[in-house]
Amino acid sequence: MSATTLNAPSVGFGAIVGRLTRAREASILLAVLLVVAAATIKNPNFLFSTDGYRDLWLTPSLLLLVAVGQAVVLITRNVDLSVGSILGLSAYLTGRLFIDMPGLPAIAVVVIAIVFGGLLGLINGALVAFAKVPALVITLGTMYAFRGINVLWTGSDRINASDMPRGFLALGTAQVLTIPVLTIIAVIVLIAVAWWMKNTRGGRECYAIGSDPDAAHLYGLPVTRRVLTAFVLSGALSGFAGVLYAARYGTINSQAGAGWEFDAIGAAVIGGVAIFGGVGSVWGAAIGAALLMTINRALPVLGVPDFWQRAVVGVLIIGAIVLDRVLSLRQHRKLIEERETQR
Amino acid sequence: MSSMKKPPSGEPLLELRGVAKAFGQVIALRDSTLALYPGSIHALVGENGAGKSTLVKIIAGLYRRDSGDFRYDGETVDFSTTAESKAAGIAVIYQEPTLFPDLSVTENIFMGRQPRGRFGRIDRGAMRAEVESLFARLGVAMDPDRTADGLSIADQQMIEIAKAISLDARVLIMDEPTAALSGVEVDRLFQVARALRDEGRALVFISHRFDEVFALCDTITVMRDGSYVSTRAISETDPDSVVAEMVGREITDLFPKLETEVGEPLLVVEGLTSPGVFSDISFTVHAGEIVGLAGLVGAGRSEVARAVFGVDAYRSGTVTVAGTRVPGSKPTAAMRAGLALVPEDRRKQGLVLDSSVGRNTTSVILDSLAKLGIVTTGAENRAARPWSEKLEVKANALSTIAGTLSGGNQQKVVLAKWLATDPRVLIIDEPTRGIDVGTKSEVHRLLSTLASQGMGVLMISSELPEVLGMADRVVVMHEGRITATIDRDDATQENVMRAATHSSSTESEHAA
Repeated sequence: MSATTLNAPSVGFGAIVGRLTRAREASILLAVLLVVAAATIKNPNFLFSTDGYRDLWLTPSLLLLVAVGQAVVLITRNVDLSVGSILGLSAYLTGRLFIDMPGLPAIAVVVIAIVFGGLLGLINGALVAFAKVPALVITLGTMYAFRGINVLWTGSDRINASDMPRGFLALGTAQVLTIPVLTIIAVIVLIAVAWWMKNTRGGRECYAIGSDPDAAHLYGLPVTRRVLTAFVLSGALSGFAGVLYAARYGTINSQAGAGWEFDAIGAAVIGGVAIFGGVGSVWGAAIGAALLMTINRALPVLGVPDFWQRAVVGVLIIGAIVLDRVLSLRQHRKLIEERETQR
Repeated sequence: MSSMKKPPSGEPLLELRGVAKAFGQVIALRDSTLALYPGSIHALVGENGAGKSTLVKIIAGLYRRDSGDFRYDGETVDFSTTAESKAAGIAVIYQEPTLFPDLSVTENIFMGRQPRGRFGRIDRGAMRAEVESLFARLGVAMDPDRTADGLSIADQQMIEIAKAISLDARVLIMDEPTAALSGVEVDRLFQVARALRDEGRALVFISHRFDEVFALCDTITVMRDGSYVSTRAISETDPDSVVAEMVGREITDLFPKLETEVGEPLLVVEGLTSPGVFSDISFTVHAGEIVGLAGLVGAGRSEVARAVFGVDAYRSGTVTVAGTRVPGSKPTAAMRAGLALVPEDRRKQGLVLDSSVGRNTTSVILDSLAKLGIVTTGAENRAARPWSEKLEVKANALSTIAGTLSGGNQQKVVLAKWLATDPRVLIIDEPTRGIDVGTKSEVHRLLSTLASQGMGVLMISSELPEVLGMADRVVVMHEGRITATIDRDDATQENVMRAATHSSSTESEHAA
């Protein structure tokens, strides 16, 4: 064969790409640590008080769950705007179950809420996969629809901590080796989803579908099934976050989880998940969630006025997207130049 | 070159008989037949629109046939997805390779069927080992971990071939694989193809380059207008008779060509070059003249038209309209100079399908209609009416939504829109594609009339009869170059097709 006609391959190129991707996650993690350090220098209580330390772990945990699901959906070149509404509905469902069916064990309530979220995700997925309407439109619709149902169902009612069993509420504050249980749960879910995305056909196919949907079709990949799976996962994780929300905050009204969809998308994008799919990792989204929530808490400590706090988040998101775009353009050009010089 | 061309024998591995396929009114395949034998490389040739790609897509399971027999490995099959045809051992390499740009080369090869270990975990070690042995066998030196983004077409095709081999495909179909390759890359591809043939696989090679077809293949099937024409051993035929079979149809009197006085040169294109797309394009369109720009799909004809009109940039060369230089990359300047371009894909580039006929017709002359920057629907319709009437657009009213019209009437609206700018030179790309026969001849009559009134017309067409019937002069392009300019009286289907397939093509270089 004509192996001699070709130059040596660009050795270790893949390794470089791998390192770059990891560098993204590492740099976001570094940013989290910097923010924590800055806030702690300004006010030691940010890290070195019982509450401060606990909140550091707890605050990102719920968003982390939602952002992980969102990342999987984004990687398939879709988007799920309904996650906040699903979270709200499932949080209220949790409270209602405790009030209306007092005999039900807490674990059953958790399972019911997760399954409920998964079903709402299935509605999204089915509409996207079968009706062939862009996910942006479908989930914008279900975002309002689910929230509407929530308002209809809740009315001016409110679930209070006293309505729920103490054992369940303890979940919100319990710790193992100084780490809150909620955080441990979120990280276990993160590890499981990350493993699935990296090591199984299903996970890799999600990347392939997001990278080029037409090619995925030509490859004969089960596109419909994977897209459904992504939405069900996103729904189920939002449902799960809803239960944990109930346990953590104890108070649930009809607006629980409003606006979370944008925090989740923001976290994923900051963490390096491409808005057009195919690129990124759930790890990145998780660390992005940590950065977003930690910044939200740190800015007041650092004396940044309220007014500017949302703007900072916006700058962060735009910065992340511009950075991604520049990096990918530069890499694309480099690959082409490399190819031309090889000829 | 080790060309052992034994004619196929025994039972065919894959056989299509009398297969037909229509998309709505348009018949893509009438009656096509193809028999593939193990250990053979089979050429499939035909003009644009002869139905080759449709046939391939039926074999691949992308389309389902309307009628006819499809037998594979002795059994009747009916693939409804690409996954099914793949599982059966049929691999297709499309004209445009279909890879996932963000994923690694290895992942691209194994996507959807990665080797798995415990808990469904992908066995990366096994995948890696197989890629290395595949690449060693194909003589490919490529980092398996790099992303597919930025790979050359040749390397992308090697990945597709590696994929096909790892599938252990028994049938490998390559749709114009050499169109974007350099000479060295073509040689490498042919070596691989011969090795696969010698392993007893059946290969299909679709190409417009006859020198390659005759160098590589042992059997050739010719298709024309969606129908089967012939299958022969390559040793029993030659390029001239293949060309004759590809084009062998009667030219009907569909073309109401008016004799015209040819006037002064209106559009003069000199040395137009855009690296990798077309080079050194020179031609002239005179007043009252219809110049046909012929060639196969991918020859660069539409690209030339877009460059002349200023939609795409070009590196060197000049465009002159009636003595005035037209600057590049400025469609507005081209329009002001008197050029009009009716694009190939009218649904995408020519019409706003959701808007009314009236609005579409006047969309390029809004500036002249506007009073204080405001255009009223009344003014639009007043300006649109004369042209719509002249062209006999069959719409109930000027308020009819363009998207609801038939293909022929949509084409007339696009024409009306550009004629409203009162151009001196009309460039029209595939004027009658997807239009019924009746409307076709109306469009032809219209073009003829416009030319007789002194307009210069540059008509790009893939339909030979249309070119021969309408054009005063035929300019033929092949792979970005003009290979022939033939006067009306000398033009025949055969010499145009020969120039379009330009048999000595591998000697000319391709974009490096």
